Amino acid sequence: MEVFLQQLINGITLGSIYGLIAIGYTMVFGIIGMVNFAHGDVFMVSAFIAVITFLALTTWLGVGSIAIVLLICLVVAMVLTSVWNWAIERVAYRPLRGSFRLAPLISAIGMSIFLSNFVQVTQGPRNKPVPPILKDVIVLVQSEVYPVTISYKQIMIWLVTVVLLAGFWYLVQKTPLGRAQRACEQDRKMASLLGIDVDRTISLTFVMGAALAAVAGVMYMAYYGVVSFSDGFTPGVKAFTAAVLGGIGSLPGAVLGGLLIGLIEVFWSAYFTIDYKDVAAFSILVVVLIFMPQGILGKPEVEKV
Amino acid sequence: MSHDATASAPAIDWAGALKDAFFTTLVLVAILGPFIGLLTVQNMEHQLVLETRGWLLAAFVGLIVGGRFLLKILVWNRPAKQKGAPFALSPRVERAAAPFFIGLLFAFPLMILGTLGAGGSIKWIDNFGIQILIYIMLGWGLNIVVGLAGLLDLGYVAFYAVGAYSYALLAKTFGFSFWMLLPIAGILAAMWGIILGFPVLRLRGDYLAIVTLAFGEIIRLILINWVDFSGGYAGISGIPRPTLFGIPFTAADNGFAATFGLEFTPIHRTIFLYYVILALALLTAYVTMRLRRLPIGRAWEALREDEIACRSLGINTTNTKLTAFAIGAMFGGFAGSFFAARQGFISPESFTFMESANILAIVVLGGMGSLWGVVIAAVALVGGFELMREMDFLKLIFGSDFDPTQYRTLLFGFAMVAIMLWKPRGLISTREPTAFLKESKAVSGSLVKEGHG
Repeated sequence: MEVFLQQLINGITLGSIYGLIAIGYTMVFGIIGMVNFAHGDVFMVSAFIAVITFLALTTWLGVGSIAIVLLICLVVAMVLTSVWNWAIERVAYRPLRGSFRLAPLISAIGMSIFLSNFVQVTQGPRNKPVPPILKDVIVLVQSEVYPVTISYKQIMIWLVTVVLLAGFWYLVQKTPLGRAQRACEQDRKMASLLGIDVDRTISLTFVMGAALAAVAGVMYMAYYGVVSFSDGFTPGVKAFTAAVLGGIGSLPGAVLGGLLIGLIEVFWSAYFTIDYKDVAAFSILVVVLIFMPQGILGKPEVEKV
Repeated sequence: MSHDATASAPAIDWAGALKDAFFTTLVLVAILGPFIGLLTVQNMEHQLVLETRGWLLAAFVGLIVGGRFLLKILVWNRPAKQKGAPFALSPRVERAAAPFFIGLLFAFPLMILGTLGAGGSIKWIDNFGIQILIYIMLGWGLNIVVGLAGLLDLGYVAFYAVGAYSYALLAKTFGFSFWMLLPIAGILAAMWGIILGFPVLRLRGDYLAIVTLAFGEIIRLILINWVDFSGGYAGISGIPRPTLFGIPFTAADNGFAATFGLEFTPIHRTIFLYYVILALALLTAYVTMRLRRLPIGRAWEALREDEIACRSLGINTTNTKLTAFAIGAMFGGFAGSFFAARQGFISPESFTFMESANILAIVVLGGMGSLWGVVIAAVALVGGFELMREMDFLKLIFGSDFDPTQYRTLLFGFAMVAIMLWKPRGLISTREPTAFLKESKAVSGSLVKEGHG
């Protein structure tokens, strides 16, 4: 029971990170029908920006309060990652819109390779550890053998995720931008006939996806305390799995899928074997796509001639 | 303005160009600033600290902004040129070029041997000849799946791995020879092609790509974690080398050199391996060309163009897709067992997603469905990749600690994006129809719908 509770807490934390990345995949797929292969690497870039900002604040400026440091990290990472993703969309994807279908995917794969190697070349291939932060834990269940604890870090991740998702939800559901986005998702040509700037809406979709991935990146840095240039690929594929599991194109689905993938991965490692945890995640992707390609909350795809 | 474009070049919009340059500078500083301007290093106490590289950032930003500014005022403000017909090799040139090219391939090791001698030529035959031919063969194999049948496969390296491990394990456990295991490895890989192909039949386009990627990763992770079976990260070493009708390429008395009364050098084996992979690659090309003229090949191409129309016309799409997967996988298996025999050592490191991306890049950048495109792309990408290792003169420019190999993958990713932007349908985008009235004409790639299935 203690083990179960503890793994539940860990799983939800990991799942929040996956969910935040998954939203970027699902939004881009919804609006232009493309798997943004480089999104995992955008997440990695944001984690690096967070590490660099963290170091600049603590070693150069000597900011002592960890809350302020993390808040500034979050803002800086969100802004800079948004600019990154905006530039990527502008350079690598926009010219290929309307081209044949594989072209943007190949371009995205190239971008993914480029990003991870760019970070490797400019920042070096070593892991980048940051000093541990928010080490304190709250003991939930006292037990001699296996005390169940929740750390401040985990509470922070839950809170930030919930707050930002609520804000994001408001943005998509209630603002003109969100309406434009949903209109483009349904019918791009019709939306542009009705006076919506489709290019701008798509750019903003990439910016929003990147901002949420940056939140995940900052949380990742704070939670694990170490970042490496190769950290983009596996979380990226898992977040994509989450998006597919929840139903691609559906925003609540992405969060739900992220939580499920996080829980499955953590429980698999706890009860079976840690070696095959990535196999488990990839197998879920395969099984979901084969047996229910529309996902849990997605709409079934209609084949048009 | 329409009849004389050069005389009436439009006035340069200086204000616009400067505004653009300013904006570009802002964006570049934002995205490159943290990565190029700052460097995270570990100090003596193993703590991360930051160092600044302001001059480097300034150089990069200056270079890109300056380049963009020049392009903006010199090139981009000209009236757009009429797009010419896409580059196409006419069928006559292709027919004449093929024997010449194949002859060149056969003569390549002898030419190298003649110019560089036995000592210096191993590197060139091995790193350039054999390496490029392996990728040409893999590209041609994947071309069947992606180029002909239009099924986007991001996990092709899985079949390469199946071929390599089947040869390595069967040869080490039972002591069978390379020539016996080559077809077996092909059959096993084809079986895996069917096993993996079966569940994904209903998926299309991007979904198919991601599932095949997942399969590729699953196979690699199993190879890493199932240590009893595959040796895990350590891999398998001491894999038997191929023999020429039972004559091994060793210095022993029954070896190749002794049998033919030659002095033993390792170059014999290298040249032998070169001809083996050349034969395998040519077999792949030949089979592909013949298959295109068979009903199954035509069904593949029809499937690529329009799956729904295919089904309406009574083509069994299940069988069509599965044969494409199986035959593509079979050639991947052949290449894999050759790879294992050539290296003598394999580990999961060789079968990462990067390899799949490499092979797919070769097929797509060359132009899907085009055998010539694959050759050009493989020579350019793999040869260019290997060539960067040789560029020692760059050290003179950038200082002695400059290592060009570090930048290979970076440039590779960049090239993938750049070629897609320049030619989204690949270098050779025309296709030669297999069924025609009176005469065969090359069809522009922009008229076909490939890749929707």
